[in-house]
Amino acid sequence: MNEQWRPAASLQLLKKRAHLLARIRAFFAAREVLEVETPVLSAAAITDSHLSSFTSHYQGPGAAQGKMLYLHTSPEFPMKRLLAAGAGAIYQVCRVFRQGEVGRLHNPEFTMLEWYRPGFDHYVLMDEVAALMRELLPQALLSDDIERLTYAEAFQRFAHIDPHVATVAEFHACADAHGLPTVAGLGDDIDGWRDLLLTHVVEPQLKGLVFIYDYPASQAALAKIREGTEVTPAVAERFELYCNGVELANGFHELLDADEQRARFLAENEQRKSAGLVEVPVDELLLAAMAKGLPPCAGVALGIDRLVMVATNSKAISEVMAFPLDRA
Amino acid sequence: MANYSTSEFKRGLKIMQDGDPCSIVENEFVKPGKGQAFSRVKIRNLKTGRVIERTFKSGESVEAADVMDTDLQYLYNDGDAWHFMDQTSFEQVAADATAVGDEKKWLREQDICTVTLWNGAPISITPPNHVVLKVEDTDPGVRGDTAQGGSKPATLETGAVLQVPLFVDIGDLIKVDTRTGEYISRAKE
Repeated sequence: MNEQWRPAASLQLLKKRAHLLARIRAFFAAREVLEVETPVLSAAAITDSHLSSFTSHYQGPGAAQGKMLYLHTSPEFPMKRLLAAGAGAIYQVCRVFRQGEVGRLHNPEFTMLEWYRPGFDHYVLMDEVAALMRELLPQALLSDDIERLTYAEAFQRFAHIDPHVATVAEFHACADAHGLPTVAGLGDDIDGWRDLLLTHVVEPQLKGLVFIYDYPASQAALAKIREGTEVTPAVAERFELYCNGVELANGFHELLDADEQRARFLAENEQRKSAGLVEVPVDELLLAAMAKGLPPCAGVALGIDRLVMVATNSKAISEVMAFPLDRA
Repeated sequence: MANYSTSEFKRGLKIMQDGDPCSIVENEFVKPGKGQAFSRVKIRNLKTGRVIERTFKSGESVEAADVMDTDLQYLYNDGDAWHFMDQTSFEQVAADATAVGDEKKWLREQDICTVTLWNGAPISITPPNHVVLKVEDTDPGVRGDTAQGGSKPATLETGAVLQVPLFVDIGDLIKVDTRTGEYISRAKE
Protein backbone atom coordinates (compact mmCIF):
# COMPACT_ATOMS: atom_id res chain seq x y z
CA MET A 1 0.00 0.00 0.00
CA ASN A 2 1.51 3.32 -1.05
CA GLU A 3 1.29 5.65 1.94
CA GLN A 4 2.61 8.66 0.01
CA TRP A 5 -0.99 9.77 -0.71
CA ARG A 6 -1.26 10.98 2.89
CA PRO A 7 -0.49 14.61 3.78
CA ALA A 8 2.99 15.13 5.23
CA ALA A 9 1.70 17.69 7.76
CA SER A 10 -0.79 16.65 10.43
CA LEU A 11 -4.35 17.95 10.01
CA GLN A 12 -3.94 19.77 13.32
CA LEU A 13 -0.93 21.60 11.91
CA LEU A 14 -2.80 22.45 8.71
CA LYS A 15 -5.53 24.04 10.85
CA LYS A 16 -2.91 26.17 12.60
CA ARG A 17 -1.57 27.16 9.20
CA ALA A 18 -5.02 28.25 7.99
CA HIS A 19 -5.57 30.17 11.21
CA LEU A 20 -2.26 31.99 10.75
CA LEU A 21 -3.22 32.99 7.18
CA ALA A 22 -6.58 34.31 8.46
CA ARG A 23 -4.76 36.43 11.08
CA ILE A 24 -2.41 37.79 8.41
CA ARG A 25 -5.40 38.89 6.32
CA ALA A 26 -7.03 40.46 9.39
CA PHE A 27 -3.78 42.33 10.19
CA PHE A 28 -3.69 43.91 6.74
CA ALA A 29 -7.43 44.56 6.61
CA ALA A 30 -7.15 46.51 9.88
CA ARG A 31 -4.34 48.58 8.38
CA GLU A 32 -6.22 49.13 5.12
CA VAL A 33 -3.65 47.36 2.99
CA LEU A 34 -5.32 46.04 -0.16
CA GLU A 35 -5.08 42.35 -1.08
CA VAL A 36 -4.13 41.86 -4.73
CA GLU A 37 -3.46 39.02 -7.15
CA THR A 38 -0.93 39.04 -9.99
CA PRO A 39 0.02 36.41 -12.60
CA VAL A 40 2.02 33.33 -11.68
CA LEU A 41 3.01 32.94 -15.34
CA SER A 42 5.02 35.79 -16.82
CA ALA A 43 6.72 36.53 -20.13
CA ALA A 44 9.73 37.95 -18.27
CA ALA A 45 11.81 36.40 -15.52
CA ILE A 46 14.09 37.37 -12.67
CA THR A 47 17.68 37.90 -13.82
CA ASP A 48 19.33 37.17 -10.43
CA SER A 49 21.88 34.44 -11.15
CA HIS A 50 21.11 32.73 -7.82
CA LEU A 51 17.44 32.26 -8.68
CA SER A 52 16.25 29.87 -11.31
CA SER A 53 12.70 30.07 -12.70
CA PHE A 54 10.56 27.13 -13.78
CA THR A 55 9.51 27.51 -17.38
CA SER A 56 6.25 26.65 -19.05
CA HIS A 57 4.76 26.97 -22.49
CA TYR A 58 1.55 28.53 -23.68
CA GLN A 59 0.16 27.51 -27.04
CA GLY A 60 -3.21 28.54 -28.42
CA PRO A 61 -5.15 31.64 -29.45
CA GLY A 62 -2.76 34.58 -29.64
CA ALA A 63 0.31 32.36 -29.75
CA ALA A 64 -0.07 29.66 -32.39
CA GLN A 65 3.69 29.07 -32.42
CA GLY A 66 3.80 28.89 -28.63
CA LYS A 67 5.15 31.32 -26.09
CA MET A 68 7.62 30.71 -23.30
CA LEU A 69 6.31 31.65 -19.85
CA TYR A 70 8.19 31.76 -16.55
CA LEU A 71 6.66 30.87 -13.19
CA HIS A 72 7.31 33.75 -10.82
CA THR A 73 9.87 33.40 -8.01
CA SER A 74 8.12 36.29 -6.24
CA PRO A 75 5.25 38.61 -7.26
CA GLU A 76 7.49 41.68 -6.98
CA PHE A 77 7.47 42.95 -10.57
CA PRO A 78 3.70 43.07 -11.22
CA MET A 79 3.05 44.36 -7.69
CA LYS A 80 5.37 47.30 -8.43
CA ARG A 81 3.36 47.94 -11.60
CA LEU A 82 0.27 48.21 -9.39
CA LEU A 83 2.15 50.67 -7.15
CA ALA A 84 3.11 52.76 -10.19
CA ALA A 85 -0.58 52.75 -11.19
CA GLY A 86 -1.46 54.30 -7.83
CA ALA A 87 -2.78 51.22 -5.97
CA GLY A 88 -1.40 52.43 -2.63
CA ALA A 89 -0.44 49.95 0.08
CA ILE A 90 -0.88 46.37 -1.22
CA TYR A 91 -0.23 42.80 -0.15
CA GLN A 92 -0.43 39.37 -1.71
CA VAL A 93 -0.34 35.78 -0.48
CA CYS A 94 0.62 33.40 -3.27
CA ARG A 95 2.54 30.32 -4.27
CA VAL A 96 5.97 31.07 -5.76
CA PHE A 97 8.32 28.68 -7.55
CA ARG A 98 12.09 28.21 -7.45
CA GLN A 99 13.91 25.68 -9.57
CA GLY A 100 16.51 23.47 -7.91
CA GLU A 101 15.71 24.28 -4.29
CA VAL A 102 14.95 21.28 -2.07
CA GLY A 103 16.14 20.76 1.48
CA ARG A 104 15.21 21.01 5.13
CA LEU A 105 14.26 24.69 4.62
CA HIS A 106 13.41 24.58 0.92
CA ASN A 107 10.63 23.26 -1.29
CA PRO A 108 10.52 24.28 -4.96
CA GLU A 109 7.05 25.78 -4.49
CA PHE A 110 6.14 27.61 -1.33
CA THR A 111 3.78 30.27 -0.03
CA MET A 112 4.93 33.85 0.08
CA LEU A 113 3.42 36.88 1.76
CA GLU A 114 4.64 40.03 0.05
CA TRP A 115 3.64 43.60 0.81
CA TYR A 116 4.51 47.15 -0.21
CA ARG A 117 4.17 50.38 1.73
CA PRO A 118 4.35 53.71 -0.13
CA GLY A 119 6.01 56.32 2.09
CA PHE A 120 7.91 53.76 4.21
CA ASP A 121 11.65 53.24 4.26
CA HIS A 122 13.23 49.96 5.36
CA TYR A 123 13.39 51.06 9.02
CA VAL A 124 9.65 51.81 9.22
CA LEU A 125 8.85 48.60 7.37
CA MET A 126 10.95 46.63 9.90
CA ASP A 127 8.67 48.10 12.59
CA GLU A 128 5.62 46.79 10.75
CA VAL A 129 7.19 43.35 10.23
CA ALA A 130 7.89 43.30 13.98
CA ALA A 131 4.24 44.22 14.69
CA LEU A 132 3.06 41.36 12.46
CA MET A 133 5.40 38.92 14.24
CA ARG A 134 3.90 39.97 17.59
CA GLU A 135 0.45 39.13 16.18
CA LEU A 136 1.48 35.75 14.82
CA LEU A 137 4.24 34.14 16.84
CA PRO A 138 4.00 32.50 20.26
CA GLN A 139 5.12 34.61 23.20
CA ALA A 140 8.16 32.38 23.80
CA LEU A 141 9.74 33.53 20.53
CA LEU A 142 9.18 37.23 21.18
CA SER A 143 11.17 39.69 23.22
CA ASP A 144 10.18 43.30 23.97
CA ASP A 145 12.39 44.52 21.17
CA ILE A 146 13.48 42.53 18.17
CA GLU A 147 17.24 42.90 17.89
CA ARG A 148 18.54 44.81 14.85
CA LEU A 149 22.09 44.29 13.65
CA THR A 150 23.71 45.71 10.56
CA TYR A 151 25.21 43.10 8.26
CA ALA A 152 28.64 44.36 9.35
CA GLU A 153 27.77 44.10 13.07
CA ALA A 154 26.47 40.54 12.61
CA PHE A 155 29.69 39.45 10.89
CA GLN A 156 31.90 41.24 13.39
CA ARG A 157 30.07 39.73 16.35
CA PHE A 158 29.75 36.16 15.11
CA ALA A 159 32.55 35.68 12.58
CA HIS A 160 35.02 38.37 13.69
CA ILE A 161 35.50 39.84 10.25
CA ASP A 162 34.51 43.07 8.49
CA PRO A 163 32.45 41.80 5.56
CA HIS A 164 32.66 45.06 3.60
CA VAL A 165 36.44 45.32 3.38
CA ALA A 166 37.79 41.77 3.86
CA THR A 167 39.76 40.28 0.97
CA VAL A 168 39.30 36.77 -0.44
CA ALA A 169 42.38 35.65 1.51
CA GLU A 170 40.87 37.03 4.74
CA PHE A 171 37.50 35.36 4.07
CA HIS A 172 39.37 32.12 3.38
CA ALA A 173 41.30 32.40 6.66
CA CYS A 174 38.08 33.20 8.52
CA ALA A 175 36.32 30.16 7.01
CA ASP A 176 39.33 28.05 7.94
CA ALA A 177 39.21 29.30 11.54
CA HIS A 178 35.54 28.24 11.69
CA GLY A 179 36.23 24.71 10.47
CA LEU A 180 35.35 25.26 6.82
CA PRO A 181 38.75 24.47 5.37
CA THR A 182 37.99 23.80 1.74
CA VAL A 183 35.01 24.94 -0.23
CA ALA A 184 35.35 23.92 -3.82
CA GLY A 185 34.48 26.40 -6.51
CA LEU A 186 34.19 29.73 -4.66
CA GLY A 187 37.33 31.18 -6.17
CA ASP A 188 37.49 34.96 -5.81
CA ASP A 189 33.71 35.47 -5.66
CA ILE A 190 33.54 37.80 -2.62
CA ASP A 191 29.76 37.53 -2.31
CA GLY A 192 30.05 33.74 -2.44
CA TRP A 193 32.46 33.88 0.53
CA ARG A 194 30.10 36.26 2.36
CA ASP A 195 27.21 33.85 1.76
CA LEU A 196 29.33 30.93 2.99
CA LEU A 197 30.13 32.65 6.28
CA LEU A 198 26.59 34.01 6.61
CA THR A 199 24.98 30.57 6.24
CA HIS A 200 27.59 28.45 8.03
CA VAL A 201 28.84 30.75 10.79
CA VAL A 202 26.53 33.74 11.38
CA GLU A 203 23.04 32.24 10.93
CA PRO A 204 23.54 29.28 13.33
CA GLN A 205 24.39 31.79 16.09
CA LEU A 206 21.31 34.00 15.64
CA LYS A 207 18.97 33.39 18.60
CA GLY A 208 15.29 34.35 18.59
CA LEU A 209 14.07 37.04 16.19
CA VAL A 210 16.81 39.21 14.66
CA PHE A 211 16.78 41.75 11.85
CA ILE A 212 19.92 42.11 9.76
CA TYR A 213 20.05 45.23 7.59
CA ASP A 214 22.28 47.37 5.37
CA TYR A 215 23.73 44.70 3.07
CA PRO A 216 26.79 45.02 0.85
CA ALA A 217 25.95 47.17 -2.18
CA SER A 218 26.80 44.20 -4.42
CA GLN A 219 23.85 42.32 -2.84
CA ALA A 220 21.32 45.10 -3.38
CA ALA A 221 19.01 43.09 -5.69
CA LEU A 222 16.11 45.60 -6.07
CA ALA A 223 17.01 47.80 -3.09
CA LYS A 224 18.20 51.39 -3.05
CA ILE A 225 21.92 51.84 -2.49
CA ARG A 226 23.00 54.41 0.09
CA GLU A 227 26.28 55.97 -0.94
CA GLY A 228 29.24 55.50 1.38
CA THR A 229 31.48 58.12 2.89
CA GLU A 230 35.24 58.17 3.45
CA VAL A 231 34.78 55.96 6.50
CA THR A 232 31.65 53.97 5.71
CA PRO A 233 31.00 51.64 2.78
CA ALA A 234 28.06 52.03 0.41
CA VAL A 235 25.27 49.72 1.54
CA ALA A 236 22.05 48.34 0.11
CA GLU A 237 18.98 49.47 2.06
CA ARG A 238 17.86 45.89 2.47
CA PHE A 239 16.93 43.81 5.51
CA GLU A 240 16.29 40.22 6.45
CA LEU A 241 14.37 38.79 9.38
CA TYR A 242 15.68 35.62 11.06
CA CYS A 243 14.10 33.41 13.69
CA ASN A 244 16.58 31.12 15.43
CA GLY A 245 18.84 31.29 12.38
CA VAL A 246 16.05 30.53 9.88
CA GLU A 247 15.66 33.24 7.24
CA LEU A 248 12.00 34.34 7.23
CA ALA A 249 11.80 37.58 5.26
CA ASN A 250 13.71 39.84 2.90
CA GLY A 251 12.81 43.51 2.49
CA PHE A 252 13.97 46.49 0.48
CA HIS A 253 13.77 50.23 0.58
CA GLU A 254 12.89 50.01 -3.09
CA LEU A 255 15.04 51.23 -5.93
CA LEU A 256 12.99 53.76 -7.96
CA ASP A 257 15.38 54.64 -10.79
CA ALA A 258 14.37 52.81 -13.99
CA ASP A 259 17.75 53.34 -15.64
CA GLU A 260 19.66 51.90 -12.73
CA GLN A 261 17.18 49.01 -12.58
CA ARG A 262 17.79 48.26 -16.26
CA ALA A 263 21.56 48.42 -15.73
CA ARG A 264 21.26 45.93 -12.84
CA PHE A 265 19.12 43.55 -14.92
CA LEU A 266 21.63 43.66 -17.76
CA ALA A 267 24.59 43.18 -15.42
CA GLU A 268 22.85 40.16 -13.87
CA ASN A 269 22.20 38.68 -17.29
CA GLU A 270 25.93 39.10 -17.99
CA GLN A 271 26.69 37.24 -14.75
CA ARG A 272 24.30 34.49 -15.84
CA LYS A 273 26.14 34.21 -19.14
CA SER A 274 29.56 33.98 -17.54
CA ALA A 275 28.26 31.39 -15.05
CA GLY A 276 27.03 29.26 -17.94
CA LEU A 277 23.35 29.93 -17.18
CA VAL A 278 20.75 30.90 -19.76
CA GLU A 279 19.94 34.58 -20.06
CA VAL A 280 16.30 35.46 -19.36
CA PRO A 281 14.01 38.17 -20.77
CA VAL A 282 14.18 41.41 -18.79
CA ASP A 283 10.80 42.68 -17.51
CA GLU A 284 10.19 45.65 -19.82
CA LEU A 285 6.75 46.25 -18.30
CA LEU A 286 8.27 46.75 -14.86
CA LEU A 287 10.87 49.10 -16.35
CA ALA A 288 8.11 51.06 -18.15
CA ALA A 289 6.19 51.35 -14.87
CA MET A 290 9.32 52.56 -13.08
CA ALA A 291 9.96 55.08 -15.86
CA LYS A 292 6.41 56.36 -15.35
CA GLY A 293 7.18 56.61 -11.64
CA LEU A 294 7.14 54.24 -8.69
CA PRO A 295 6.13 56.00 -5.45
CA PRO A 296 8.91 56.00 -2.82
CA CYS A 297 8.21 52.78 -0.91
CA ALA A 298 9.52 49.77 0.95
CA GLY A 299 8.49 46.16 0.36
CA VAL A 300 9.08 42.81 1.98
CA ALA A 301 8.55 39.13 1.16
CA LEU A 302 7.99 36.63 3.96
CA GLY A 303 8.01 32.82 3.66
CA ILE A 304 4.77 31.56 5.19
CA ASP A 305 5.90 27.93 5.41
CA ARG A 306 8.96 28.85 7.42
CA LEU A 307 6.85 31.13 9.60
CA VAL A 308 4.57 28.16 10.34
CA MET A 309 7.68 26.06 11.00
CA VAL A 310 9.06 28.38 13.64
CA ALA A 311 5.60 29.06 15.13
CA THR A 312 5.02 25.32 15.60
CA ASN A 313 8.63 24.37 16.41
CA SER A 314 8.82 22.08 13.36
CA LYS A 315 12.18 20.86 12.14
CA ALA A 316 11.61 20.82 8.39
CA ILE A 317 9.51 22.68 5.86
CA SER A 318 8.04 19.34 4.71
CA GLU A 319 6.41 19.01 8.15
CA VAL A 320 4.23 22.07 7.59
CA MET A 321 3.10 21.42 4.00
CA ALA A 322 0.26 19.12 3.03
CA PHE A 323 2.15 17.77 0.04
CA PRO A 324 5.85 18.67 -0.27
CA LEU A 325 7.75 17.76 -3.46
CA ASP A 326 8.09 14.04 -2.72
CA ARG A 327 4.29 13.74 -2.42
CA ALA A 328 3.36 16.31 -5.06
CA MET B 1 36.34 7.97 -13.35
CA ALA B 2 32.78 9.26 -13.12
CA ASN B 3 31.81 12.46 -11.30
CA TYR B 4 28.78 13.36 -9.25
CA SER B 5 27.30 16.85 -9.20
CA THR B 6 26.03 18.24 -5.89
CA SER B 7 22.43 17.71 -7.01
CA GLU B 8 23.12 13.95 -7.06
CA PHE B 9 24.32 13.99 -3.45
CA LYS B 10 22.41 11.72 -1.11
CA ARG B 11 23.02 9.51 1.86
CA GLY B 12 25.23 6.54 1.00
CA LEU B 13 26.77 8.05 -2.16
CA LYS B 14 30.48 7.17 -2.41
CA ILE B 15 32.81 10.03 -3.34
CA MET B 16 36.56 10.69 -3.25
CA GLN B 17 37.88 13.31 -0.80
CA ASP B 18 41.54 13.98 0.00
CA GLY B 19 42.48 10.84 -1.92
CA ASP B 20 40.32 8.54 0.22
CA PRO B 21 36.97 6.93 -0.56
CA CYS B 22 34.15 8.38 1.55
CA SER B 23 30.45 7.79 2.01
CA ILE B 24 27.93 10.64 2.41
CA VAL B 25 26.25 10.35 5.81
CA GLU B 26 24.19 13.53 5.72
CA ASN B 27 23.50 16.10 3.00
CA GLU B 28 21.96 19.52 3.64
CA PHE B 29 20.94 22.10 1.02
CA VAL B 30 21.84 25.57 2.31
CA LYS B 31 20.89 28.76 0.50
CA PRO B 32 20.17 32.34 1.45
CA GLY B 33 17.06 33.63 -0.37
CA LYS B 34 19.22 35.97 -2.42
CA GLY B 35 22.56 34.27 -2.72
CA GLN B 36 24.83 31.33 -3.30
CA ALA B 37 23.53 27.79 -2.74
CA PHE B 38 25.72 25.19 -1.00
CA SER B 39 25.67 21.48 -0.24
CA ARG B 40 26.80 20.92 3.30
CA VAL B 41 27.66 17.27 3.84
CA LYS B 42 28.92 14.96 6.54
CA ILE B 43 31.07 12.25 5.03
CA ARG B 44 32.60 9.10 6.52
CA ASN B 45 36.11 8.21 5.41
CA LEU B 46 35.71 4.53 4.56
CA LYS B 47 39.33 3.74 5.42
CA THR B 48 39.54 5.43 8.80
CA GLY B 49 35.84 5.55 9.75
CA ARG B 50 36.25 9.20 10.71
CA VAL B 51 33.31 11.53 9.93
CA ILE B 52 34.14 15.03 8.67
CA GLU B 53 32.11 17.98 7.37
CA ARG B 54 32.52 19.46 3.93
CA THR B 55 30.77 22.21 2.01
CA PHE B 56 30.50 22.41 -1.76
CA LYS B 57 29.24 25.24 -3.90
CA SER B 58 26.07 23.99 -5.62
CA GLY B 59 26.75 22.77 -9.12
CA GLU B 60 30.32 21.65 -8.38
CA SER B 61 31.17 18.07 -9.14
CA VAL B 62 33.15 15.55 -7.17
CA GLU B 63 34.97 12.41 -8.25
CA ALA B 64 33.00 9.23 -7.63
CA ALA B 65 34.63 6.48 -5.56
CA ASP B 66 34.51 2.96 -6.99
CA VAL B 67 33.32 1.38 -3.77
CA MET B 68 31.24 -1.78 -3.49
CA ASP B 69 29.89 -3.74 -0.56
CA THR B 70 30.01 -7.51 -1.14
CA ASP B 71 28.94 -10.42 1.05
CA LEU B 72 31.89 -12.80 1.26
CA GLN B 73 32.65 -15.85 3.36
CA TYR B 74 35.56 -15.59 5.79
CA LEU B 75 37.95 -18.49 5.17
CA TYR B 76 41.11 -18.19 7.26
CA ASN B 77 43.94 -15.99 8.49
CA ASP B 78 47.45 -16.82 7.27
CA GLY B 79 49.24 -14.64 9.78
CA ASP B 80 49.40 -11.58 7.48
CA ALA B 81 46.06 -11.45 5.73
CA TRP B 82 42.46 -12.48 6.22
CA HIS B 83 41.06 -14.39 3.26
CA PHE B 84 37.47 -14.11 2.03
CA MET B 85 35.64 -15.91 -0.77
CA ASP B 86 32.73 -15.09 -3.04
CA GLN B 87 30.43 -18.08 -2.66
CA THR B 88 29.16 -17.91 -6.24
CA SER B 89 32.31 -17.21 -8.22
CA PHE B 90 34.72 -18.76 -5.65
CA GLU B 91 36.98 -15.76 -6.20
CA GLN B 92 39.06 -14.88 -3.17
CA VAL B 93 40.28 -11.56 -1.78
CA ALA B 94 42.81 -10.95 0.99
CA ALA B 95 42.28 -8.14 3.50
CA ASP B 96 45.23 -6.70 5.41
CA ALA B 97 45.30 -5.72 9.10
CA THR B 98 44.37 -2.10 8.33
CA ALA B 99 41.23 -3.13 6.50
CA VAL B 100 40.21 -5.69 9.10
CA GLY B 101 41.10 -3.49 12.07
CA ASP B 102 39.35 -4.29 15.35
CA GLU B 103 36.76 -6.39 13.59
CA LYS B 104 39.21 -9.31 13.52
CA LYS B 105 38.04 -10.27 16.99
CA TRP B 106 34.58 -11.13 15.60
CA LEU B 107 35.75 -13.13 12.58
CA ARG B 108 34.85 -16.80 12.70
CA GLU B 109 35.65 -19.12 9.82
CA GLN B 110 32.66 -19.81 7.52
CA ASP B 111 30.77 -16.65 8.62
CA ILE B 112 29.46 -14.33 5.89
CA CYS B 113 30.85 -10.80 6.27
CA THR B 114 30.30 -7.59 4.34
CA VAL B 115 33.59 -6.70 2.70
CA THR B 116 33.87 -3.16 1.32
CA LEU B 117 35.99 -3.11 -1.82
CA TRP B 118 37.60 0.05 -3.19
CA ASN B 119 38.91 -0.42 -6.73
CA GLY B 120 38.53 -4.15 -6.09
CA ALA B 121 40.61 -4.27 -2.87
CA PRO B 122 39.14 -4.65 0.64
CA ILE B 123 39.23 -1.48 2.75
CA SER B 124 36.91 -2.48 5.58
CA ILE B 125 35.08 -5.48 6.98
CA THR B 126 31.68 -5.61 8.67
CA PRO B 127 31.07 -8.89 10.50
CA PRO B 128 27.52 -10.21 10.90
CA ASN B 129 25.54 -8.32 13.57
CA HIS B 130 25.43 -11.48 15.67
CA VAL B 131 28.18 -14.08 15.90
CA VAL B 132 28.48 -17.28 17.95
CA LEU B 133 31.90 -17.76 19.53
CA LYS B 134 33.42 -20.20 22.04
CA VAL B 135 34.55 -19.06 25.50
CA GLU B 136 38.22 -19.93 25.86
CA ASP B 137 38.88 -18.53 29.30
CA THR B 138 36.85 -17.19 32.23
CA ASP B 139 36.48 -17.73 35.97
CA PRO B 140 34.60 -20.93 36.82
CA GLY B 141 30.84 -20.70 36.31
CA VAL B 142 28.45 -20.33 39.21
CA ARG B 143 25.79 -22.99 38.70
CA GLY B 144 22.16 -22.10 39.32
CA ASP B 145 22.94 -18.39 39.31
CA THR B 146 21.10 -17.74 36.06
CA ALA B 147 18.68 -15.19 37.47
CA GLN B 148 21.17 -13.07 39.36
CA GLY B 149 22.89 -10.02 37.99
CA GLY B 150 26.65 -9.64 38.05
CA SER B 151 29.21 -10.30 35.38
CA LYS B 152 32.82 -11.30 34.81
CA PRO B 153 35.30 -10.97 31.96
CA ALA B 154 35.64 -13.77 29.41
CA THR B 155 38.12 -14.32 26.59
CA LEU B 156 36.73 -15.82 23.39
CA GLU B 157 38.40 -18.12 20.84
CA THR B 158 39.13 -15.09 18.62
CA GLY B 159 40.83 -13.17 21.43
CA ALA B 160 37.86 -10.85 22.05
CA VAL B 161 37.32 -9.98 25.72
CA LEU B 162 33.85 -9.04 26.97
CA GLN B 163 31.65 -9.15 30.07
CA VAL B 164 29.52 -12.28 30.46
CA PRO B 165 27.05 -13.41 33.16
CA LEU B 166 28.49 -15.43 36.06
CA PHE B 167 27.00 -18.74 34.88
CA VAL B 168 28.99 -18.84 31.62
CA ASP B 169 31.73 -21.51 31.57
CA ILE B 170 34.85 -22.25 29.58
CA GLY B 171 33.83 -24.13 26.43
CA ASP B 172 30.34 -22.56 26.25
CA LEU B 173 29.17 -21.03 22.98
CA ILE B 174 27.81 -17.51 23.35
CA LYS B 175 26.02 -15.14 21.00
CA VAL B 176 27.54 -11.65 20.78
CA ASP B 177 26.32 -8.41 19.20
CA THR B 178 29.33 -7.26 17.14
CA ARG B 179 28.04 -3.68 16.87
CA THR B 180 28.13 -3.11 20.62
CA GLY B 181 30.53 -5.89 21.64
CA GLU B 182 27.96 -7.12 24.18
CA TYR B 183 26.94 -10.60 25.26
CA ILE B 184 23.42 -11.56 24.16
CA SER B 185 22.86 -15.17 25.26
CA ARG B 186 24.27 -18.67 25.46
CA ALA B 187 24.03 -20.50 22.15
CA LYS B 188 23.94 -23.97 20.71
CA GLU B 189 26.14 -24.69 17.72
